[in-house]
Formats: sequence, structure tokens, C-alpha cells
Amino acid sequence: MTNALPTGATASTEVPLKRRLRRAERTRQVKALALVLPLLLFLLFTFAGPIAGMLWRSVEDWEVRQVLPQTIAALASWDGKDLPDEKAYAALASDILAARAAGTIAIAAKRLNYALNGFRTILTSTARNLKALPEPGTAKDTLGKINPAWRERATWTTIKDAGGPITGFYLLAALDLTRNADGAIVAAPPDQAIYRDIFLRTLLISLGVTALCLIFGFPVAYLLATLPPGKSNLLMIFVLLPFWTSLLVRTCAWIVLLQSKGVVNDSLLWLGFIDTPLRLIYNRFGVCVAMTHVLLPFMILPLYSSMKAISPAYMRAAASLGAPPLTAFLRIYLPQTLPGIGAGSLLVFILALGYYITPALVGGAADQMISYFIALYTTETANWGLASALGAVLLLATVLLALVYGKLVQSQQVTGGMKN
Amino acid sequence: MSDHSSLRTPSQRIAWTATIIVSTLVFIFLIAPILAIMPLSFSSSSYLTYPLPGLSLRWYDDFINSPRWMNSLKNSMIIGVASTLLSMVLGTTAALGLAQWKSRFKPLVLAFVLSPVVVPGVITAVGLYFFFAPIGLTGSYLGLILAHTALATPFVVITVGATLQSFDTNLARAAASLGASPLQAFRRVILPLILPGLASGALFAFATSFDEVVIVLFMAGPEQRTLPREMFSGIRENISPTITAAAVILTTVSVILLATLEALRRRNERLKGGGG
Repeated sequence: MTNALPTGATASTEVPLKRRLRRAERTRQVKALALVLPLLLFLLFTFAGPIAGMLWRSVEDWEVRQVLPQTIAALASWDGKDLPDEKAYAALASDILAARAAGTIAIAAKRLNYALNGFRTILTSTARNLKALPEPGTAKDTLGKINPAWRERATWTTIKDAGGPITGFYLLAALDLTRNADGAIVAAPPDQAIYRDIFLRTLLISLGVTALCLIFGFPVAYLLATLPPGKSNLLMIFVLLPFWTSLLVRTCAWIVLLQSKGVVNDSLLWLGFIDTPLRLIYNRFGVCVAMTHVLLPFMILPLYSSMKAISPAYMRAAASLGAPPLTAFLRIYLPQTLPGIGAGSLLVFILALGYYITPALVGGAADQMISYFIALYTTETANWGLASALGAVLLLATVLLALVYGKLVQSQQVTGGMKN
Repeated sequence: MSDHSSLRTPSQRIAWTATIIVSTLVFIFLIAPILAIMPLSFSSSSYLTYPLPGLSLRWYDDFINSPRWMNSLKNSMIIGVASTLLSMVLGTTAALGLAQWKSRFKPLVLAFVLSPVVVPGVITAVGLYFFFAPIGLTGSYLGLILAHTALATPFVVITVGATLQSFDTNLARAAASLGASPLQAFRRVILPLILPGLASGALFAFATSFDEVVIVLFMAGPEQRTLPREMFSGIRENISPTITAAAVILTTVSVILLATLEALRRRNERLKGGGG
């Protein structure tokens, strides 16, 4: 820096100025970055960090490693073809005695039970019946006598697989897959294979709600974009008021309206249209109605802004060139709303995928979406690995769709800029 | 402009009429549940349907005299105001920085800053639950305030950022050339001009926190339950008319926020119109 100045000054008077400007610009950039930094650090602590932690939990496998460390070490050299040797049995016996003293048997039992149903009993019965460390050379017989499961290869493969430190077990389970005794990835047993159905259900409800929002949102957005500003601003209140009303209030309102002794059923009974109350809530119908209500503004607003940008001159030009109204609409108007349709649909779909509160309150047991199970495994059954794995799948889907959405909105802005 | 007034063919007229009919039905669908629940809160009976047997304020009385409901309202206010203030400080500084920062990483940073809006609530809540529990931040006001700030800040960055985009940077240069220090220029020139944008951002932030329930479900202890959280358990257990009173109170807050926002928008447009 110090030796650059004189050479610059002798060469030409312009260079130091350029350099000074560049340096000023660099200082400005550093200052700008310094202003953004606090938020980045804050989000790292309150958002990115926690989510990274959740993702780590979906592959972390610490329970068995911590409770049965000697066994895991002894099994490291086991090829898995036959039963492990005496050394592994002795290690297990010693681990179990230590874990019983520390009261940690249940931790490992819970984890192993996920992988092999009934493992909890195997481990707890062994812990209960193992009086003392077996004499050298007799561990295999002693354990086999306490529980014959120790004479089975699958018992040992399960322990070895759960030995950590990382595992694909939860992620596979979230996709209804598992590893068999030979380590190959196979379909999970039918009683555990429920998650593909739940993902499919989540997908179907989200798609259905998106379709409903598009069907109902399109005419409204068209009306708002076509009416003179005074009228459309007034009507916009009908869209913005629900948008700003608490989700809980709206969900509560739908329950009050749709329950068996609710407003809708009472009115229909009174009018004589029905004899017995219809079942309108705590089923798929109720979920779709309430979710469509909540998400409709997210469809109408992007559609409205894309339609607002379409110049009426295009339609007039089409008409003057002899296109019938329907043709003009389908070939001139509709294609120009496609980016808006895409953005609105993606937004609604992304939001719908993660829905939890509304289905939990107005849905039946068969209408719960993936978020419900993530919450259930986190707070109720404390199967955090599986909760995290299901969360990871949902997060991946959301992030991918959000990237598409970002591209779509960006390209829209680019073309919008060119039009201006 | 409004080509519906010059509709020529019958088919066009039919299509327009259909649009109006469908839109009217959708407007009713959107607004009816909110309007329907309000009168029920003034009913004298505990039976949640029409016709109302008589009018009374007993459910509001119930609400006000219930320590549980009043505590939840207080919690919503504390957490809402605190996370609004925090997100305003973080979001405004970040928006100011982002407006000046030129880098090819900017879209990436922006996407990161805005991502709390897109990520499903349950995922954020589960992550925070795992992350905050070992450091004692679950079951505390601080934990909830931090979490709500993370959710609310993107809205501040968006609204303040949009205001800064329309801000004429020459004004800041003029202030500097007239001898104002950067801080003086910010306080006396920039701040008054971006104030409506800041206010909108604050309203969005407050509304985000005030309406949030998933994170509260995971992280709040019995002491920190917010109004939406109390409504959640109320709806789960058994809908009493007191919930409809709570709903009316929540909706009133929403309407006030929306009206303020609309007033700010109008004022902004008027100022722009006057300037041009």
C-alpha cells in the first residue's frame, strides 16, 4: 500500500483516484457485510443450527454404542456369517452388568427394539437374570441359557448394525425400507411400512388443496385484476381479512360451522334438506375445506399481480384480428398468467405440505399429514431419530420445491423487466 | 382499462357473469366463517349455533376473569413485542447492508435469510426443541422470543428492503455533502423516509409472532402459553363459547394491524404521488 502510492502518482494522476475509489468501495462493501452479519449469526443460532442438528439426529446412532461399548468393539471384527465368538459374549455380559448398575439398559433396549421387535424383552430379561460375570469361556452358554435369542445370528447383526456412530436406519425406515440380515436394502415388514402411505396422503391432500385454490382463486384474481381500482381495492378486503386473521380463529370457525350440531348442519336440518346431520368435519372433507380457506389468499395474490401486469391491449388486439373471445382468452390471456399460476400453485403446495395445526384439529386419524407424525415422534414417543428422518424427507421436498419457486419468480421478474 | 363494460358478445357477457357469481361465492366462503363466529361470542347460551337465544357478555366476562386466558394474552403480548423489537433491529440493519452489498453470493444469502418463512413450522420447531432443550431455553420466554424473532425477521427484511429499493440514494449523498455524519444522515434523512416501511415490517413481525402456535406447542411450558396455544388446547378439548370470545379478540387485533398497514400503504402512495 505504501509503496504503491508513489508509483501510482508518477504514472498518472488517474490511477490513485481509481484506486482510492476502489478502496472506498471495498470499505463500503465490508461495512455492508458487517450490517448483515448479526442477522446471519442470529439465524445460525436460532434456525440453521437447530435444523442441522435435526438432520444430524436422523443419521446419528449413539445409544447402543454408549450402553454396550465393549460389545460393539468386540463385534467390529465379526464377519457376520456365523455366531460371534466367545469374546463378544463375554463383552456383552460385562456391558449388561455395567449398564444395569448405571440404569442405562432401557436406552439401548429402546433403540434395539426399533430395529428388531422384541429386543427390549431379550435385553431386559438378560439383564434381570444375569447374576454375575460368567466364568471365562462360559459366557456363550450362560447367555444362551438365559435367552435363546443369543444363539441367533439376527440378534447379533441387529446389535452390530445399531453400533453407530452413524446409521441409515432411520432414513430407510422413513421410506419404508430396512436392511436384512445380509445388509441388503429391502422393503420393511408391512406392520412398520406406514410412511410411504403417509407421504402419499400428504401429497394428495396438498395437491387437492392446490387444485381447489386454483379453481376458486382464478376467477377471483381475474375479477380483481379487471375491475376498476376503487372497486377491486374494496373487494380485496375479502381476501386480506382472512389472510390476516389468526389460523386458530379460522380453524375454530370451521369447527363451529361444520360440527354435527354446528351452524351448517342446523341450517340444513331446519330447511329440511337433510334428516340427520352430515359428517362434515374430522374427516378429509373438513381438512380440505379448512386448508383451502387458509391457503386461498396465497393463490389469489400472486395470480392477481400477474394478471394486473397483462396489458388489456393484447386482448383488444386479438379481438381486432378476429379471434373469438374464448380463443383470445385461451391463446393470449391464459399463457400470460401461467407464471402466476405456477408461482401461486407452488406456494400453496409448499405451504400445504408442511401443514400441521389444521389437520390436527379438523382431521380424523386417517387425515393426519407427515408433520403430525414428526410432532408425535418428537414429543410423545420420543423416537427422535425417526422424527428427524421424516423431517429430513419433508425438508428436502420443501427445499427443492422452493428452489423451483425461486427460479420461477426470478424469471418472471426478468421478463417483467424486459416488458417495461 | 375495464373492458367488462364494453362486452360485446353474449358469450362474453355470460363468462363475465359467471366470473362474478363464482367470485361472490368465494368471497362468501372466505369471509363467512370469520363473520359467523363473532355473534356466537355474544350469545347468552353455551350452545354454539343460531338463532341466538339472547345476547350477553358472559363469555367475555369469563375470558377476563380466567387467569389462564388473561395470562396467555399477556404472554402473547410480551413475546410479540419483544420479538418484534429484536427482529426490527436485526432485520433493518441487515436490509440496509443488503441494499449496499454487491456480491454474487447475495442471492444465496438472501435465500438463507428468507428461508425461515418457507421451512415447515414443525421442522423448525423440532430442530429448536432438540437444540434449545439442553441449554435450558425450552420453557422460557427467551427461547420463544428468539424463535419468533427468527420467523419474523424475514418479513422485516422484505418490507424494509422494498422501501430502501425505492429510496433515492442521492438524498443520503446530499446529506453527506452538506456535512452530515453517517449517523446524522441516517437519523435525520434516511430514517424519516423509510419509517412507513419500518412500521409495516414491525406489523408483519408482530402478526407473525402473535399468530404462531407450532413452536409454542413444542417449546412453551405451562407458564409461557400464548393465546393461540390456549385456543389450540381449547379446540382440542371442547369448544366453549369462551374460545369464540378469544377468537373475536384475536380477530380485532388482526383488523387493527391490517387497517394500520393499509393506512401506511395509502400514505406512502400519496407521498409518492406528491413527489412525482
